[in-house]
Amino acid sequence: ASASSNGNGAPPKSFDYDLIIIGAGVGGHGAALHAVEKGLKTAIIEGDVVGGTCVNRGCVPSKALLAVSGRMRELQNEHHMKSFGLQVSAAGYDRQGVADHANNLATKIRNNLTNSMKAIGVDILTGFGSVLGPQKVKYGKDNIITAKDIIIATGSVPFVPKGIEVDGKTVITSDHALKLESVPEWIAIVGSGYIGLEFSDVYTALGSEVTFIEALDQLMPGFDPEISKLAQRVLINPRKIDYHTGVFASKITPARDGKPVLIELIDAKTKEPKDTLEVDAALIATGRAPFTNGLGLENVNVVTQRGFIPVDERMRVIDGKGTLVPNLYCIGDANGKLMLAHAASAQGISVVEQVSGRDHVLNHLSIPAACFTHPEISMVGLTEPQAKEKGEKEGFKVSVVKTSFKANTKALAENEGEGIAKMIYRPDNGEILGVHIFGLHAADLIHEASNAIALGTRIQDIKLAVHAHPTLSEVLDELFKAAKVESHATTRTGDAKIKLNTNQEDRKGRRRGGDDEKQPSVSKDLKDISTRPSSFFENISVGVLSLLSLIFV
Amino acid sequence: KIREIFMPALSSTMTEGKIVSWIKTEGEKLAKGESVVVVESDKADMDVETFYDGYLAAIVVGEGETAPVGAAIGLLAETEAEIEEAKSKAASKSSSSVAEAVVPSPPPVTSSPAPAIAQPAPVTAVSDGPRKTVATPYAKKLAKQHKVDIESVAGTGPFGRITASDVETAAGIAPSKSSIAPPPPPPPPVTAKATTTNLPPLLPDSSIVPFTAMQSAVSKNMIESLSVPTFRVGYPVNTDALDALYEKVKPKGVTMTALLAKAAGMALAQHPVVNASCKDGKSFSYNSSINIAVAVAINGGLITPVLQDADKLDLYLLSQKWKELVGKARSKQLQPHEYNSGTFTLSNLGMFGVDRFDAILPPGQGAIMAVGASKPTVVADKDGFFSVKNTMLVNVTADHRIVYGADLAAFLQTFAKIIENPDSLTL
Repeated sequence: ASASSNGNGAPPKSFDYDLIIIGAGVGGHGAALHAVEKGLKTAIIEGDVVGGTCVNRGCVPSKALLAVSGRMRELQNEHHMKSFGLQVSAAGYDRQGVADHANNLATKIRNNLTNSMKAIGVDILTGFGSVLGPQKVKYGKDNIITAKDIIIATGSVPFVPKGIEVDGKTVITSDHALKLESVPEWIAIVGSGYIGLEFSDVYTALGSEVTFIEALDQLMPGFDPEISKLAQRVLINPRKIDYHTGVFASKITPARDGKPVLIELIDAKTKEPKDTLEVDAALIATGRAPFTNGLGLENVNVVTQRGFIPVDERMRVIDGKGTLVPNLYCIGDANGKLMLAHAASAQGISVVEQVSGRDHVLNHLSIPAACFTHPEISMVGLTEPQAKEKGEKEGFKVSVVKTSFKANTKALAENEGEGIAKMIYRPDNGEILGVHIFGLHAADLIHEASNAIALGTRIQDIKLAVHAHPTLSEVLDELFKAAKVESHATTRTGDAKIKLNTNQEDRKGRRRGGDDEKQPSVSKDLKDISTRPSSFFENISVGVLSLLSLIFV
Repeated sequence: KIREIFMPALSSTMTEGKIVSWIKTEGEKLAKGESVVVVESDKADMDVETFYDGYLAAIVVGEGETAPVGAAIGLLAETEAEIEEAKSKAASKSSSSVAEAVVPSPPPVTSSPAPAIAQPAPVTAVSDGPRKTVATPYAKKLAKQHKVDIESVAGTGPFGRITASDVETAAGIAPSKSSIAPPPPPPPPVTAKATTTNLPPLLPDSSIVPFTAMQSAVSKNMIESLSVPTFRVGYPVNTDALDALYEKVKPKGVTMTALLAKAAGMALAQHPVVNASCKDGKSFSYNSSINIAVAVAINGGLITPVLQDADKLDLYLLSQKWKELVGKARSKQLQPHEYNSGTFTLSNLGMFGVDRFDAILPPGQGAIMAVGASKPTVVADKDGFFSVKNTMLVNVTADHRIVYGADLAAFLQTFAKIIENPDSLTL
């Protein structure tokens, strides 16, 4: 039954699809996979290339470049190599080879993403998608389709402040930089957040000198102050980097007529001219702007705010009058809640949960973030100042524990003792408020903490969990063990109960929100696990014994 | 009031600490609570903060050094006036470590020392009025580290900016080879380091003289030249006619150097491949002008002032230009383009009576000509008659990637013809 014949504006009675997702980035992809799992007939519309920013112009190719920069750094660090007893002759690189690696990786991941959706029966529709009306979407030239629910996942583009002229050669954004068409001798990076910091790591490893331009008074805003202080000491000071803070780049002119790139700096507060820089190139890393133009939002009376689509905590789109637009959701960078690829995906999954009949609210404080410098920075939850402020407002005490990578065997074996991990927590009930790590493989280590926050695991419980020795994960083990929790009982605000065995019920209740139908089997599973350790260890020791016997026979 | 900054006890087990880095430098103002120094204990690196306002007057224990817990590692002066007092106190306090920590900075070199036989570098000085100092981030860091006044450093980088190597030159240290190999890899096997390590120990009482900037530059260029495959072709040239001409034009200020440069320039005009240069091993370029670099020995070194457009300028202008260049070279005032724009080099040791020698090809050029003394020589002509003629031996070293034997022979033949019939030189 074609719904498009229904021309009187009333919502159609039957639909082409259960769910249409506009935008096949990482957010749309995550939502599509989950929708199929939930039995929804799903289509995804893409006007450009599958994979969006993350796969084609963001996280993925930048990881390829950072993998190169990490190795270059190591090979160039004679002292580091010597301490291993290794001798390496001068390290060199081939720019095109590096650029190809990044490009090949993006292509591979893009194909994987496309295939994973095709394989399970997601319809990939090509063309620019827009909202035509309630439950109705147009894509390409004049294809109109209908769906019960619509998710907008159109992502973002690099934000370029006014006064800056991007020519794609000497004044560039991350889109251009990831192609690595040149390695300038001296590059200014405007903005010292994740993007700027990662590119500074790449460029300095490849031999460039870097000048940071940061509007705020200190570098790396948004990180926990203690972490950014240490990170500055390791990632900025010893490298060929200098910086100007508290200034805006009011005007940037690309190199032309035999002149270098000119950058005019003005004071961020007084707006007085401060300085002029002459560099070989400038990278604009001042954040990202939502890509929501031409989406047909006016057809459903939605007014964007600085380009972002307003949503509630369930990602439901809010229209100009402040009321919810039925059956329309927006996830990812386009709503601006948390501009990270995996946050978009998590939001998409949350929406699919809702449209398939389960209420779900995503806890954004449990979403980890990482910056892939060498060493890496990662974080989840609140920073120390944020936690202290919250504690003051809500009347609870906040404690902090720290540990150094110098105290970790594996880190020392790798000669990478530089780094710290800190945990911010409530000493009264053992709740983890935030964890910040700066050190080797920090991005991989953070998940133990983010999972604990997502599942509501308390320190007094997780500190009993076992970590393999020697591994970097013991850095977190160290934090959990060093924390001083006043009460060993797990208490939660609202329904304070003293529990020992009911922990698992409690966790589940939190996660699943009141949905009871699957609980019996799940809790049985959990209980099985909780009673298993002894047998588990027996299994292991039997396995080890049989292995040993094999060796000795 | 002068206070001591002590090595703190960062943990109960700590007995001594290592200074990782001084966050502040001597003379810098400190506010209470600011981090001054980073100390490494057995467990972690910690910031040490100051409890008083004041100035960091002196660093007693330098970076990378170790001090027991409680020992003074630095001095804090309350007012600026007390800094000097604190410094002398620090000097008397610890004997050797201070003396080493506070190395008097070498006098800043104002004019960039001229690297001899330098590779032509693209120096496009955009001069539009008075310019402010532009220095790269690493250059600024090095200047601070080596206590070099960045304002006094001459920039030779792109757009005249001050680069790290400019600062290193000004600080009197050999430019550290960039740890990053540019896409065309540097000549791999021969490194200066490898040769020095295998040398036998010095004889007793030998004195060690560190290279001057010019000597370092020469050394670097010579090592680099080893990566170019060269060959040599010699040619005897009869100079009777040239000598006669020289006697005539000498009173007009014409020098032998100018005559030879002019002759070489004219010969090169007919054999452009000898004037070409190969820089990357993949392609070569025909240079648009013929610039003859002439090696000159100057006090404690070697420099190659360049006679530009030697084929086009007339003999008298060329001689005048040469006089000017030599004067500038003596007073170390040559501009970079006046010593690194050469496309062909001329080296003449004839005035010492040397009859033949072999020159090393400077990087970036296709050929170099070594000229010996002109001496009366017995020669037999084609009819078998003996006679005595002035003959000089010319020996050219060339880059065999681009210049082949026949090319060079033909060039030398042309050169000899010009010398033997020198009237064209004065046209």
